[in-house]
Amino acid sequence: MIVAKRKPIDEIKDLLKDYKKVLNVGCGTCVAVCLTGGEKEVDVLCAELDMARKMDDNPVDIEGTTIERQCDREYLEALDSKVEGYEAILSMACGAGIQFLAERYPEIPVLPAVDTTFIGVNQGVGWYEERCRSCSSCVLGMTGGVCPVTMCAKGLYNGPCGGTNDGSCEIKKEQPCAWYMIYERLEKQGRLDCIINFKPAQNWENQVPRTLIQPGYEKPE
Amino acid sequence: MHLLRAIQKGADGAYCVGCLEGACHYNAGNLRCRERVEYVGMLLEEIGLEADRVRMYNLSSGEGPTFAAYAKEMTENIMKLGPNPLKKYSQN
Repeated sequence: MIVAKRKPIDEIKDLLKDYKKVLNVGCGTCVAVCLTGGEKEVDVLCAELDMARKMDDNPVDIEGTTIERQCDREYLEALDSKVEGYEAILSMACGAGIQFLAERYPEIPVLPAVDTTFIGVNQGVGWYEERCRSCSSCVLGMTGGVCPVTMCAKGLYNGPCGGTNDGSCEIKKEQPCAWYMIYERLEKQGRLDCIINFKPAQNWENQVPRTLIQPGYEKPE
Repeated sequence: MHLLRAIQKGADGAYCVGCLEGACHYNAGNLRCRERVEYVGMLLEEIGLEADRVRMYNLSSGEGPTFAAYAKEMTENIMKLGPNPLKKYSQN
């Protein structure tokens, strides 16, 4: 899932300082699961902003609502009847959701309440770890299911580098060396030949905004 | 959320009372409650209010006098902190 963290209250206050009537929109998917921007977090932020602005003697009329997904037109439609009259929209969705909202309501400033952080896994309640950089050319099949783009500090496709040190990365001891993990995993599976195969460098040109159309589907007119 | 709402609406303080740690019918319910109370305290501090306006107490259902003692302690705590500055907005 996409993991995000809420911006500090002072930063959100600063973004909203010129607005007196604000709609705070949460997203019920990834950011709800990572406890950042779901229904509960929308309620908490609305209460916090309401109190913070009153403490500054500059009250704000803030209302919260949460839709299923901000990255989907089908669900954004539910907001069309609600946004009128608001001076600004605060979005607690990931960067994709915020941009989609801004695109739908170009006349109203749409402001981010969260920092989108990574694609990761849930290790426990409130504990998330990055696992994927969505590089568009997955090599996990050759690396024993350990991503060198995400887990190696240098993102090396053919590692390890000279900085590997007893299973740790040279950047710090607590950071495991991705290529050490890859070696261990492949050795266990009897697939060490995978590590010998040279993997050409990533085509970083693909780091422009990407579009994906699944087989059998078409881009709508 | 209920604690936050109470302070937002002008309460000078609010506290939660849970079962003794290790004796919760919902296993970790009272431990989670304490974490949430602490989180609310942190949120209040962030916006310039005192974290001590919210507290968590633990006791068993047979401890009536302790319950009264905690209520007294919380009242004294609130008196020391003074009125909630947001009260003027809730009276309008």
